[in-house]
Amino acid sequence: MVHVCTVVPISLTVGANRIVPAVAIPHPLGNPKLSRDEEKALRRQLVEKALQALQTEVDGQTVFER
Amino acid sequence: MSKLRVVHYINQFFAGLGGEEKADVKPEIREGKVGPGAALAAALGQDAEIVATVVCGDSYYNENLEVARKTILDMVKQQKADLFIAGPAFNAGRYGVACGDICKAVSQELGIPVVTGMYIENPGVDLYRRDVSIIKTGGSAADMRNAVPVMAKAALKLARGEELKAPEDGVLEKGIRKNMFRDERGSKRAVDMLIAKLNGQPFETEYPMPDFDRVTPNPAVKDISKAKIALVTSGGIVPKGNPDSIEASSATKYGKYDIEGVNDLTSDKYQTAHGGYDPVYANEDPDRVLPVDVLRDLEKEGVIGQLHRYFYSTVGNGTSVANAKGFASEFAKELKADGVDAVILTST
Repeated sequence: MVHVCTVVPISLTVGANRIVPAVAIPHPLGNPKLSRDEEKALRRQLVEKALQALQTEVDGQTVFER
Repeated sequence: MSKLRVVHYINQFFAGLGGEEKADVKPEIREGKVGPGAALAAALGQDAEIVATVVCGDSYYNENLEVARKTILDMVKQQKADLFIAGPAFNAGRYGVACGDICKAVSQELGIPVVTGMYIENPGVDLYRRDVSIIKTGGSAADMRNAVPVMAKAALKLARGEELKAPEDGVLEKGIRKNMFRDERGSKRAVDMLIAKLNGQPFETEYPMPDFDRVTPNPAVKDISKAKIALVTSGGIVPKGNPDSIEASSATKYGKYDIEGVNDLTSDKYQTAHGGYDPVYANEDPDRVLPVDVLRDLEKEGVIGQLHRYFYSTVGNGTSVANAKGFASEFAKELKADGVDAVILTST
């Protein structure tokens, strides 16, 4: 499992092992200020990061910075 | 003053009857102290006497809860007990549940003080800590000589009508908040704590966080292009109208939703049920919380094997850890049974 979330300290506290920092609390995988295409590209980037985290061996809690 | 009449509850093992092969014995009452009762009697001292010991098999109690509870209640009643002590059960699960359950029943039905002892991870702790004073013990009977004096002291305190305080009396917090007056107002106390924290000085929180468990990381996904990926969220994404009525805060349930053929979460069909963040952006485009659109693209391009047919969703807003844990342990079984290889969990 990979946790895509905005408030990384909470994710660390509750014990997620693979963490990908997200954009903002009300829109973790988007940014309403961007155009639709730009926003989708940003979302894709985050999801790809999440997939990369899933394919990475970790031996403890790891934050995959953007 | 006459001595306090104490009834002690122990299982078949500590009574010396035997282990698992004797776990089915029905409740029986013996005069005086038995097994660990000797140490307990010594720790209780002059003011109290163990007049009787109830012995019951752990499996019997757990498999016949109502009958066992009633039988033992009658026994304790007949002894005209002033005080009831069970265990300690250490980390023995069924023993802990039996101790917690009978203590709760004795306390409620007979109105006398009760005390038991358990290891923090004993399942009896989560079940009964709100109702019963549970003394924190080690994980095994090796801790008997430390645990028993603390239990005896706490029991005598309760018998005198005093309250137990965590942590100094060795008791686990019951998690009950009580109103009280303090000399300084909350804002001042909070700022004082913050300053102490910034200065690296000790401070005592007034609202401890729950203990979160740790799990060993799972191995990496070997071939993501063949993997079945599921989406889970605490961001409250649900079909429009929130068909399962998931609560906007302190959720008691989660939803499971079919997204077969759905390539994009749109505002006419999906929304958020979450009451803890501004819902405008998620309602405008729910993919901002649950990225179904991108995962469909990646599925078509063959980057991932497959997006799982269902997503799971709840509202993570003041939701209790116990509830959240309950949801996940249920649907994690389904995800495994459905052959899901990995999960992307999004949180707002």
